[in-house]
Amino acid sequence: MAEVALKKVVKRYGDTEVVHGIDLDIAHNEFVVLVGPSGCGKSTTLRMIAGLEEISDGDIVIGDTVVNTLPPRRRNISMVFQNYALYPHMSVRENLGFSLKIAKRPEAEIARAVEDAAAILGLDALLERTPAELSGGQRQRVAMGRAIVRHPDVFLFDEPLSNLDAKLRTQMRVEIKKLHAKVQTTIVYVTHDQIEAMTLADRIVIMKDGHIVQVGTPLDVFERPVDTFVAGFIGSPPMNLIDGTIRDDTVVFGDGRSLPVPPDFAGRLENGHRVVFGFRADVLMPKGHALAESGTVHDIDLTIDLAEPLGSESMLFSSLAGKEIQARMHNPRAVRSGEVLTCELHLDKCHLFDAETTRSLRGDG
Amino acid sequence: MTRLRRTIRDNAVPLALISPAILIILMVVLLPLIFSFYTSFTNYRLIRPDSLWQWIGTRNYERVLGDWDFWVAFGRTVLFLTVVLNLELLFGLGLALLVNRITWGQRTMRTIMMFPMMFSPILVGFQFKYLFNDTIGLVNNGLQALGLTREAIPFLVDRWLAFFSIAFAEIWMSTSIFAILILAGLFAMPKDPIEAAKVDGCSNWQVFRHITLPFLMPFIYIAMTIRSLDVARAYDIVDVMTGGGPAGRTELLWTLIARTAYDDARMGRANAMAYVSILLSIFFTWFFFRKLMAARKHLGAF
Repeated sequence: MAEVALKKVVKRYGDTEVVHGIDLDIAHNEFVVLVGPSGCGKSTTLRMIAGLEEISDGDIVIGDTVVNTLPPRRRNISMVFQNYALYPHMSVRENLGFSLKIAKRPEAEIARAVEDAAAILGLDALLERTPAELSGGQRQRVAMGRAIVRHPDVFLFDEPLSNLDAKLRTQMRVEIKKLHAKVQTTIVYVTHDQIEAMTLADRIVIMKDGHIVQVGTPLDVFERPVDTFVAGFIGSPPMNLIDGTIRDDTVVFGDGRSLPVPPDFAGRLENGHRVVFGFRADVLMPKGHALAESGTVHDIDLTIDLAEPLGSESMLFSSLAGKEIQARMHNPRAVRSGEVLTCELHLDKCHLFDAETTRSLRGDG
Repeated sequence: MTRLRRTIRDNAVPLALISPAILIILMVVLLPLIFSFYTSFTNYRLIRPDSLWQWIGTRNYERVLGDWDFWVAFGRTVLFLTVVLNLELLFGLGLALLVNRITWGQRTMRTIMMFPMMFSPILVGFQFKYLFNDTIGLVNNGLQALGLTREAIPFLVDRWLAFFSIAFAEIWMSTSIFAILILAGLFAMPKDPIEAAKVDGCSNWQVFRHITLPFLMPFIYIAMTIRSLDVARAYDIVDVMTGGGPAGRTELLWTLIARTAYDDARMGRANAMAYVSILLSIFFTWFFFRKLMAARKHLGAF
């Protein structure tokens, strides 16, 4: 049970700096997800918290202790690895109890802790098996069980679900969320999957090229991305982003078409300012197939290139100013390729980014 | 009979194709084996070829089993095996762990490690015979020159010193087999469980004891199997260094068998000894192979 703080943490391999002085405060009991594309430094950051990588500069504090030079075993953390990292020569029971055995706890206490963890994770029937005799999902659960028996200050998860198939991943995601509710411990979780990040996190930390780009609640980063990277990374499908130029409170695109400046941004931008207009597929819907929403609505005619029926809705692919964009069609009907549909764009939920800095032009953001 | 004939006719081509292999195995392996086994029941002496036909039943075996010298050599061979295998394991493990940590020049180091294995055991024997010689030997001369000893140490004469001198030569030559195999194990070892163990509270020693070593056991058992067969038939180094002497003080099974067969020309008796001795090799192979299988079953997850 502890807070974790990263203060100007830097990681260098030789002359190459991979993590550039990041600051992050994680509250007690908080579930924080580090997310970003591969190579963004998220795993390195986690491994520095674990003590498996040395930090080159800055401080890491767990609870009241600066742990910069402490070996992993002195940090009272647990970690779940991507490849489970179970001990292959030990049974599930021995795997679960290993850390307590190393800590020289009495047999009875170990047995009780193992039984408790097994009960929480539904491993009761598997205790005598070896890892080789388990399925992927079961191994994953053992790895989590091994982490919880110790009641650590902090849980660290390093892409724990990436080796599971899609169905199992969804299931385990729910279990991890439930687990957090049960054990009430600070969790730092690394993933490259933005859906995992959105569904699990109290707060999401989006990283790119060794920097933290944005920190916020899942809704925060979804609704108010600070730049085009976050806009494109969070949410599925990625946000539609189209380059344009401001002229008299409209955004004019390369092909001459234009859209009004969204109300949040209106009146603040000079003519000639080069911007990126961003909106999600969720706010662009064909007339008659939209969700009833109040707010400023603008109609555009779009030629549909392709429709992807998903059952309860269809994803429509079209293009605007030469960029492929996606729209969402509720209560879908069959759409022919080449058909022209009038779509509603909910301007309240649109974004403008500076074309040069890629930062959001939202004044308060 | 008709069925057999039909089987042969139906499988004529495959049978014809494997017949050369069967023939060669028969000639090269089976015939000598049957012949030597037969001679162990005769009074066969090399200098009197007609003695090959003197069937004496199990008398050779009775003599061997009642022969005190044979059992002394047997016991000494077991002791030799135990000492050599354990020390080779220890040194090999240490060497492998050290080489595994080298980041620069590791390939070269691995090649250098193989050098002792490249020499003929006979030459290694001669080399150490010279090194340990009590008048011209490098070791004795070195010790005396440094003023550490006044008198020559009888390395190849004293019962125990000779035993350990031979063991030293054997270990020098073959420790790298352990080192290479264990190093291969270290290379194949996944890093995740080690990191998990560190997080789980293990010190470096505990990581080694609980994670690394169990993973290396199959590799160690493979090396043990190979080397136990090798050492159980130790002959060349011993024969060159001491010839089993002086006065039988370093006699191992195979020097005794060779002496009986060629010096005393009692081929029948020697073969009987050999068949009893082979049980030792079979036992060690079986023992380590079983250990290997058990260890591998555990590591099935990899």
